[in-house]
This record gives sequence, structure tokens and C-alpha cells, in this order.
Amino acid sequence: MFLIDCPYCKESRDQNEFSPAGEAFIARPQNPEELSDDEWADYVFYRTNHKGDHWEQWVHTNGCRKYFLVKRSTISHDILEVAAFGEVTSENKS
Amino acid sequence: MQKKYSWYSLLKAGLGNQEWDQAIPLSKPKSKYDVIIIGGGGHGLATAYYLAKECGITNVAVLEKGYIGGGNTGRNTTIIRSNYLRDEASSLYEHSMRLWEGLSEDLNFNVMFSQRGVYNLGHTLQDMRDIERRVNANVLNGVDAVVVDHKEIKEQIPIINTSKNARYPIMGASFQARAGVARHDGVAWGFARAASNLGVDIIQNCEVIDIEVEEGRVKGVKTTLGDIMADRVGCVSAGHSSVVAKMAGLRLPVESHPLQAFVSEAMKPILHTVVMSNAVHGYVSQSDKGDLVIGAGIDGYNSYAQRGSAKIVEHCAAAILELFPIFSRVRMNRQWGGIVDVCPDACPVISPTKVEGLYFNCGWGTGGFKATPGSGNVFAHTIAQDKQHELAVPFHIDRFTSGALIDEHGAAGVAH
Repeated sequence: MFLIDCPYCKESRDQNEFSPAGEAFIARPQNPEELSDDEWADYVFYRTNHKGDHWEQWVHTNGCRKYFLVKRSTISHDILEVAAFGEVTSENKS
Repeated sequence: MQKKYSWYSLLKAGLGNQEWDQAIPLSKPKSKYDVIIIGGGGHGLATAYYLAKECGITNVAVLEKGYIGGGNTGRNTTIIRSNYLRDEASSLYEHSMRLWEGLSEDLNFNVMFSQRGVYNLGHTLQDMRDIERRVNANVLNGVDAVVVDHKEIKEQIPIINTSKNARYPIMGASFQARAGVARHDGVAWGFARAASNLGVDIIQNCEVIDIEVEEGRVKGVKTTLGDIMADRVGCVSAGHSSVVAKMAGLRLPVESHPLQAFVSEAMKPILHTVVMSNAVHGYVSQSDKGDLVIGAGIDGYNSYAQRGSAKIVEHCAAAILELFPIFSRVRMNRQWGGIVDVCPDACPVISPTKVEGLYFNCGWGTGGFKATPGSGNVFAHTIAQDKQHELAVPFHIDRFTSGALIDEHGAAGVAH
């Protein structure tokens, strides 16, 4: 159980209001026709499943219903950073 | 070699309450093995046992970072069944069920396998259609299963709430009579003892910190107790499979989630069978020592923390009370979480990898315990022959590339 600061509502709300929405920064391929089956499999099914600080997407289901980015420890569940899309990208993430 | 357990050995040691032998010898790692198994849970120990017993490979080490059976093997709700819809899945789980049926004799260790039956409840017309389809598929696959209506359920389980006024009224169930429960710790101990009797080294407190790969071939592992060479390495590390895979530069199609369970204080016998419901999402049985063993669902977020959200506990408790209002005053004794590695199609990966000599047995998600003997058996043959056991073929990791997924997630529902 933890609290999440919604970057849109600007409020710290109970985790129950939110739903996890998977690993962050998985970009849809730019050139789908040229992708091999292995590359498609990696995009669709394979995940980093990182043990430690993990960038992921959450959605404020019972709130503003917007998606945003969360950096959360998968060991302690501590939330280290919250950001709207665009504020943090795969290039400038901490 | 440990002495065989028999009524005579138990009587002899029990009368004086002395001369109890150590059940499993403590081993130190050698510098080289034919096969290393990473992970001393039920599946890993079973793999080592069948490697030694059926494949003639006894120069085997099982490396466990904690103590054997201390992970998911000791954290599950011990339900065993084989009534899966898909041919691939039901063949594998039925193979496991047949091994369960002779396991205590085979291991010379009482795993307390109790075939008390499992009811999978249906609460809607669609649930009942799915149940009938699954039962028909089971019967065609040689798995025992019947459809029962709510009257029969009430006759068998008088304390269950079959009222039409329930929020999700029970309409019927599938029933597998050969299904049941087993003592989960006993399974780990039994496999460990039987495997070490055949020459396998069970090495505890030995964490693998790296996997040595040279020119695409596995060479051995680095551990907290030093480097160990091996021709073949089998990884059976459940929730930590992705972490171990990363050591060899591999990615897996699994994500780790917390799965919770809880047990009540011990009570007199009140529930003689296992009741599961996918729709309201809870499952319950009563252990031989009298506590209710209750299982919940997974949290949606990734976690390695072995604890989940209170929301899941609340949801599960609500489901159990809906089914059994009589349990409303039962006090809970303990609550815990395990880390399960879930595949996108809710089916395991039992497979060689891109690294020669490195094999993975993972992705069992929320339903691995029931498969312990079968999983170990097919994985042992897969490692020994460097070729998948015929029952393991559909569970190759390449199914995520080819698209030949086994859609058990939709078929078996969430409770696994």
C-alpha cells in the first residue's frame, strides 16, 4: 500500500485509486514492416522486469483518468519520482 | 546415504525420541558438476531428483540462495489439480498429477498428498458454459472431471452460501475428485532427501551472482561460495528468473508480481475439500492442522518485495465471506506474499535458450506448486537429452516469437 502523487491532480492519493499500466518507455516501432519476428516478440512480450528502481506507467483510474510516469523501487515499493509524459523520456530519465 | 524411513525406523527412533538422523546432508560445493540447478525450491529439487533417478546424471548440484523450499514452495496454498482446458496444459498437469499419486512411496517421504477434490465455482451463465466446455475437454483428455449444480454443492459443503440473494450466486461448479492438497514443505524436503540419496549435492546459502558464458556456451556460475564449473545449467528461480536471465545476457517474457495468501487460527474440521472461485476470486481449503488456507490474486504492479497490497487482501476476504458467511468471525493468523513470474499466456516456459547448455524453467505464475513433480520430470529430461521432453515442446520460449501461445489465461481464469 502506498500513496502516489498524481502529476495532474497535484494531490497525494491512495494507491487504490490508480492502476499500474506496465513498463515505461516502450516505444512502438517506427518501421513495423521491417521488423523481424524476434524484434516484434521483444516489443510485444519481453520486458525488463527490473529488480530495483523501475520506470513504469500508472493511470489515475478513479481520478483524472490520465496516464503518467512513475519511478518506483520494485524492492521497497518506494516512489522516487513522478512525471507527466514528456517531462521525462528514455533519454533524460534518471 | 540416509536410512530408509519405515514404520520400524519411526517406532525405533520415536520411542526413545533420539537417534533421529539428519534428514538431508549439508553439502559444500565441488569445483565442477555435470549439471547445476539454480534454485532449491520444489521444481529445482524435483529436477535434480529426476535427473539422478531417470536420466542417470548424479553429478548434480542444486544451488539455493536461502534455505530449500523457503521461496514460493513454502508460500503457496498447496492446491493440486489438472483440470486445465488446453491440451498442452492439461497433458503437462495430468503428467504431474500421476506423479503426485505415487510420490510419497517414490520419495520414501510422506508429502501428505490428500485427494480431497477441488470445486471450481461458476457464478454466471457464461461461467457455467465455460465450465461445461472445460469439463468436456478434460474428459476427452483423460482427466477426471464432472459438472455439479448448486444443490449438489450444498449437499457436499453444507456451510457454503448457495442463496440466490448472494451478490454473485453460485450456479454450479466443476469438480475434480483426484485433485487435492499436499504438504508443501514436505514436498521440498522429500525431493531434497531423495535426490541427495542418489548423489545430488543440495547446497543452501549459496547465491548465484553471475553466469559464465563463453562463445555462446555456458561454462559455470559465480556464487557467494566461489566459482563452480558446469556443462549445463538449469534455472528454476521462479520470481527471480529475470534477474538470473540477465546474468547470462538474456531477456524473458515474464514479469514478477506479488501473490498473497493467508491462514487462520487452527479450527476443528469444517471444510473437507478445496473451493475455488475465479469470478469472485478467492480459494480456500483447510489444512490437516486445522487452519483455513486462503489464497488471493496478484497485484498488478511489478514487485520483488514478497508483500502485496491491503486492497487485494480485502477483496479476497470479501470473496471468501460471500461464499462462506460462517467464516466472518474467524481470526487470521498470518498473511504473506510470494513473488510469481507471470507469462503473457499464463503458461510456463520449459525451454533451452540462446545460450548453449543453459535452460530455463520459469513463468509458472500463480500455479506452479501443483506442477512440481511434472515440471521437474520434464525439465530433467529436457536438460539430460538437450532436447525438450515431448510434453515440454509446446512450452518452448520461441512460442512468443512464432505466436503459438497457449491461451490458458482466458481458459483457466485467474485463480490458477
